[in-house]
Amino acid sequence: MESSSTYFSGFSLNDLWYLGEAALRTLWISVLAISIGSVIGIFLGLALSVSRVVAFTLGTILDIFRSVPLIIQLVLFFNFAPIIGLRLNPFEAGLIVLIVYTSCYVANVARGGIEAVGQPMRRAARSLGMNYWQDLRYVVWPIGLRAVFPAWVGVALGVLKDSALVSILGYVELLKASQILMTRTQEAILILSIAGAFYFALSYPISYYATRLEQRWSQ
Amino acid sequence: MDYNFHWRPVFKTLPDLLESAILTVEVAVLSMVLGILFGLALSLIRIHMTGPLKWFAVSWIELARNTPALLQLFFFGFGLGAFGIHFSPFLIVLMGLTFNNSGYLAENFRGGFNAIPDTQIRASLSLGMNSFQTYTRIIIPQVLRIVYHPMTNQMVWAVLMSSLGMLVGFRELSGETQFFASKTYRIFEYFAATAVIYYVLVKIILGAAKLMALRLFKY
Repeated sequence: MESSSTYFSGFSLNDLWYLGEAALRTLWISVLAISIGSVIGIFLGLALSVSRVVAFTLGTILDIFRSVPLIIQLVLFFNFAPIIGLRLNPFEAGLIVLIVYTSCYVANVARGGIEAVGQPMRRAARSLGMNYWQDLRYVVWPIGLRAVFPAWVGVALGVLKDSALVSILGYVELLKASQILMTRTQEAILILSIAGAFYFALSYPISYYATRLEQRWSQ
Repeated sequence: MDYNFHWRPVFKTLPDLLESAILTVEVAVLSMVLGILFGLALSLIRIHMTGPLKWFAVSWIELARNTPALLQLFFFGFGLGAFGIHFSPFLIVLMGLTFNNSGYLAENFRGGFNAIPDTQIRASLSLGMNSFQTYTRIIIPQVLRIVYHPMTNQMVWAVLMSSLGMLVGFRELSGETQFFASKTYRIFEYFAATAVIYYVLVKIILGAAKLMALRLFKY
């Protein structure tokens, strides 16, 4: 018994802290990816709505990122970066891929929001003497945001959950941490349930709040 | 840049990759068919029932939607393994994807059911149909039409999610790619080829869905 206890030991309170810390790392990488990706995505969405030619070329590129599994993108980029001379640790590589992934989805959402604001409304704004950016800031933004906010929350929650895939690069976030603990303690059900509870606790309140907000706005 | 690309091994094993792509489509289609059945059942339970059955349906839906798909796969793989229940990798992926698809589809169906006016039900009941006939002949066909677009999206998601199979030892497209990549060390080349195959797969599915929509929704 003595010899085996060095390798396998039961689940302890320390491990719960370990998982909690890992959950914070999951939150950190997702918050970074969502915020940076959303800003980029909004500008991409703007570009998509400007002209047909841009929409076609840019749309095709964004489409590629949305048609290839994230896990393939992660492996691909992690192995491509050294080829072009970039030295990235798993966190940086994962973050970059997640940002690109987020911005592709947000771009489509943003385009939907911009198109939700009718052309007459925007002409009216311009004829009131607003310039292009004022029109975007004071007319398109508030109206478009309401139209696509639920969709954006959906994208953000998707990124939060998909950040679990960064574990394959070796970044110790929630899922990787639970894998490590599973190997040590051999208590798969318990640890996966705790990890699931952490994910649920991060994701469910946001999705619940977004649904409530959507209902209130639609009234 | 001092990296030499070697595409020859990729081309040599391309038939194997394409064969495993068929496995990817198989598991995605199966999980979609099962997901539609379970999803319909879950959404009907959630709308019409109370008590433990509703509680069961709601927790299934919320768990499927608020935890990462990879965690769900691990649960069916390692989690049930702790109870001594071992499934083949194919079944693990199939169950994980079905669990996930059912949750998302159930929410789509709920929106679809809510969009059908009550008068439809009353009209068909007054024509002498029983409630089973009402649902299978009047309500569900309309719901399927409403949620057709979200369903095609979910189908694409199922194909992309099946790539997680590579982490539970399933030799579908991604698993096969990883196998060859680690055998030959041409990691970038193999995953780039796989990304292209996934892109083509998704395009084929979307095209087929469009054709099917033309045929199904002629009237």
